[in-house]
Amino acid sequence: MKKLKMKEDTKNLLITYGIVIGAYIIMEIMMALGLVSYQIQGLLVPLCYYVVLAVSLNLTVGILGELSLGHAGFACVGVFSGTVFSICMQDVITVGWVRLVIAIIIGAVCAGIIGFLIGLPVLRLKGDYLAIVTLAFCEIIKNVVNVIYLGKDSAGIHFSMTDTASLGLAEDGMVIIKGPQGVTGMTKDANFTIGIILILITLFVVLNLIKSRDGRAIMAIRDNLIAAESVGINITKYKLMAFSISAALAGAAGAFYGHNFSTLNASTNNLGYNMSILILVFVVLGGIGNIRGSIIAAVILTLIPELLREFSEYRLLIYSIILIGMMLFNWSPKAQEWKAVMKERFLKKRKNEKEVQ
Amino acid sequence: MKAMKKLLSVALVAVMTLSMLVGCGAAEEATTWKIGGMGPLTGGAAVYGTAVRNGAELAINEINAAGGIGGVQIEFNFQDDELDNEKALNAYNALKDWGMNLLVGAVTSGCSAAVSAESSVDNMFQLTPSGSSTDCIATGNAFQVCFTDPNQGVASAQYIGENGLAQNVAIIYNSSDIYSTGIYEKFKEEAANQSFTIVAEAAFTNDSKSDFTVQLQQAADAGADLVFLPIYAQEASLLLTQADAMGYAPIFFGCDGLDGILAIENFDTTLAEGVILLTPFVADAEDERTQNFVNAYVEAYGEIPNQFAADAYDAIYILKAAIEASGVTPQDGVSAICDALVATMPTLSVDGLTGEGMTWVATGEVSKDPKAMIIENGVYTNLE
Amino acid sequence: MSFLTYIINGISLGSVYAIIALGYSMVYGIAKMLNFAHGDVIMVGAFVVYSMTSKMGLNPLLAIVCAMVFCTLLGMAIEKVAYKPLRNATSSLAVLITAIGVSYFLQNIALIIFGSDPKAFTSVVTMEPIKLAGGELTISGEAVVTILTCIVIMVGLTLFINKTKAGQAMLAVSEDKGAAALMGINVNGTIALTFAIGSALAAIAGVLLCSAYPSISPYTGAMPGIKAFVAAVFGGIGSIPGALIGGILLGLIEILSKAYISSQLSDAIVFAVLIVVLLVRPTGILGKQIQEKV
Repeated sequence: MKKLKMKEDTKNLLITYGIVIGAYIIMEIMMALGLVSYQIQGLLVPLCYYVVLAVSLNLTVGILGELSLGHAGFACVGVFSGTVFSICMQDVITVGWVRLVIAIIIGAVCAGIIGFLIGLPVLRLKGDYLAIVTLAFCEIIKNVVNVIYLGKDSAGIHFSMTDTASLGLAEDGMVIIKGPQGVTGMTKDANFTIGIILILITLFVVLNLIKSRDGRAIMAIRDNLIAAESVGINITKYKLMAFSISAALAGAAGAFYGHNFSTLNASTNNLGYNMSILILVFVVLGGIGNIRGSIIAAVILTLIPELLREFSEYRLLIYSIILIGMMLFNWSPKAQEWKAVMKERFLKKRKNEKEVQ
Repeated sequence: MKAMKKLLSVALVAVMTLSMLVGCGAAEEATTWKIGGMGPLTGGAAVYGTAVRNGAELAINEINAAGGIGGVQIEFNFQDDELDNEKALNAYNALKDWGMNLLVGAVTSGCSAAVSAESSVDNMFQLTPSGSSTDCIATGNAFQVCFTDPNQGVASAQYIGENGLAQNVAIIYNSSDIYSTGIYEKFKEEAANQSFTIVAEAAFTNDSKSDFTVQLQQAADAGADLVFLPIYAQEASLLLTQADAMGYAPIFFGCDGLDGILAIENFDTTLAEGVILLTPFVADAEDERTQNFVNAYVEAYGEIPNQFAADAYDAIYILKAAIEASGVTPQDGVSAICDALVATMPTLSVDGLTGEGMTWVATGEVSKDPKAMIIENGVYTNLE
Repeated sequence: MSFLTYIINGISLGSVYAIIALGYSMVYGIAKMLNFAHGDVIMVGAFVVYSMTSKMGLNPLLAIVCAMVFCTLLGMAIEKVAYKPLRNATSSLAVLITAIGVSYFLQNIALIIFGSDPKAFTSVVTMEPIKLAGGELTISGEAVVTILTCIVIMVGLTLFINKTKAGQAMLAVSEDKGAAALMGINVNGTIALTFAIGSALAAIAGVLLCSAYPSISPYTGAMPGIKAFVAAVFGGIGSIPGALIGGILLGLIEILSKAYISSQLSDAIVFAVLIVVLLVRPTGILGKQIQEKV
């Protein structure tokens, strides 16, 4: 019995990796044949970004079992640390993808450190209180980023918190972060291949963590904190581990995403509260703790509003109705009962057919 | 759970297939001008996107009814960018799939700059009606219809200084808005050369633009007799109401963003009495062109057009003039059209709603004169 | 003098937050869910009043009553359609996400009906501003009415919960749904009643908010909604006096940090104070400390 289960697990893992690699191969072939619209081509990088964010948030929400409403804050740290590095190093490292890979690592490290520092005091809180503190941190990060002015010239890096004029840049200087207008001057280095590799690395990290000893400890904390504590699991350590890894992955995704634009600013909608909520929607719709579900939900929910473009003002209304409908269909006990009944009927039928054969 | 996963997978495949199909069928032989536009149609900035879409639509309907550009009809497709750089690129790509020849957009400076990075790669001609930051025209393929922010800031400071409007000036601006900060920075710079002094600078952000009592109090405490407002009409209408409630009545001086303040539904226009603004367009102007535009707009959309709508309306006519002058056709391909139009733009002089004899320099910046207006008895009056 | 003005503005803003926070708090206390659509019910209430006074020219008081009735029905309908089916779902997060869906829905419906351009809201308060200290200190009529309304609602609601049968039923349901049902309390009815009261309060909050900051658009409710949610947690979610204290404190901190520190960082300061408060008192200022049982 146990052996069979192991096999099932491995099969599951392979399916998850397979979906990602398969999607990549199919898309590449179709792009080579010229079958993919510009719109979809343009969406590939954001899709990779959302998938990584959803999978990494699932680590906090599904595996650690703590609600976080501030995931976009970590992505924001990644966007700004990663892109600032790239802009400063534009003349030093001239190969685009090398610069991007280092920027992603820097984004991950910065976000990981911030996640660790935030997690240290706040992970003692529980449930909705933890949720609101993560929301608060996300908003603080966004607000602080919005008052930073950063520029560079031959004399080095200049920093101010009032406006670009007070940076005192020399003639040859350039402004990197213009307060609320965000960071400008990136080159577009992000592409689909790097995005898929980032997804695979994220999956590898998260899925291996789940299967490891540490992962079992983390899930034990989720399922019963007191029982976990009583068998000697170091609660703080494992909570922090999951939380920081989740933050670091979000930071990596952010750094990657930042390199898809020539300019990017942090607003409530794209790197603030509303985005945190959107990522949470991916996770819950795809199934809490279900990594593959997160991937699929992130892809579908990002594509829906784009494909509804012809409905213009109505598209977000339709989106909201679809969202409510899908939630009710996936989560309400009645719908689940109905699905179970349908499944049973369907399976019975197949069984009968087999017997007949 | 399993059934759900299956369902999700099926849905995913369906969506993907559908999206592929959407991509096909585009890039047909072009027999019409396909003009794309983008701007926020949902979200807090939707009012500007809607105005631009309506203004452009109105101009296109007029041109089509009159036989098109050199006999070629225009098709128009306006996409929502939600005021987000990522969504703006998505909108741009969707328009490319549709077969766009020319782009009128984006409405806002940030999105416009983000899109121009992409459109310069495709060498697609871009004319932004209202993106006023200098970042919008940095790529060479993009031109502006409205003033650049630095121009407005400098012109405002000079106007206040030269006419001796005030000695002590306070500035209240939106620090999260590229338009507002652009004007603010140049205004401050130019103020150093002028006779007045800046006694207070107070900022607000997009997340806190309903309560201005603190900023007004700071201006009042500093003894400002003129408050410079490089902000939009909606925020200004709130600010004026709150200033009135406080009993604070300095001179209020604004830029083109303030235009439309008299048209805000339900706004007590007596509060705007005495407000001075530098603007290229006023809906109350007496000339025939403006009158015709305003009447047609009111009839079509049921509201009085603001400066965004006028800029968009002008943008379409500017495109028409540029196409006619350069003699390009839709069949020339995006890149050739762009090259021809970029070469033609500096030679043009267009009379529009927002300026007589508008000309362009090769960098994409427009040259036209702002008019100083004062609101008296509920209407704009020329301030000479 | 300007310091006193800031204090009064802060209390006035805080009172609006407090009334909105009450809605969050009551619903959380009973249904154990964060009703993210609450902020948008506020917007709906304000739009109803706007349409009736500015478009149809009705008496403001009548319009407010209509808005309360409308929001009450709306709140109950939302509860019935979107939340109730998920009450026994395996994860409490499901209903949270549905609430977000409802929030998008309300915003976009309003966008389609009323358009995106913000409209000026005519204040329903006709009281003249009070001038003190020889005209140096002005208290607007809106501030007075907002603060008074807030106090009346707090007292009324406390009395309702402690003195009436329905109020006691609400307390019982919030303690233990199962036990309450066994005692013969109509749990579904009580939850619906809570949503009804919360939504009626949202209508009042909407009118007060738009009277004090006279502009209305489909997104009017979003930001105050989040702030009020913070206020509710600040004071201890589920507690009526907590919502009052949380709301007022939040308003004061926001206005004072705007005035004396930085108008751009005022939100960050509000959130920083919140974090400190929660680290010292993990369930808010007046929240109940819950002992974890094995």
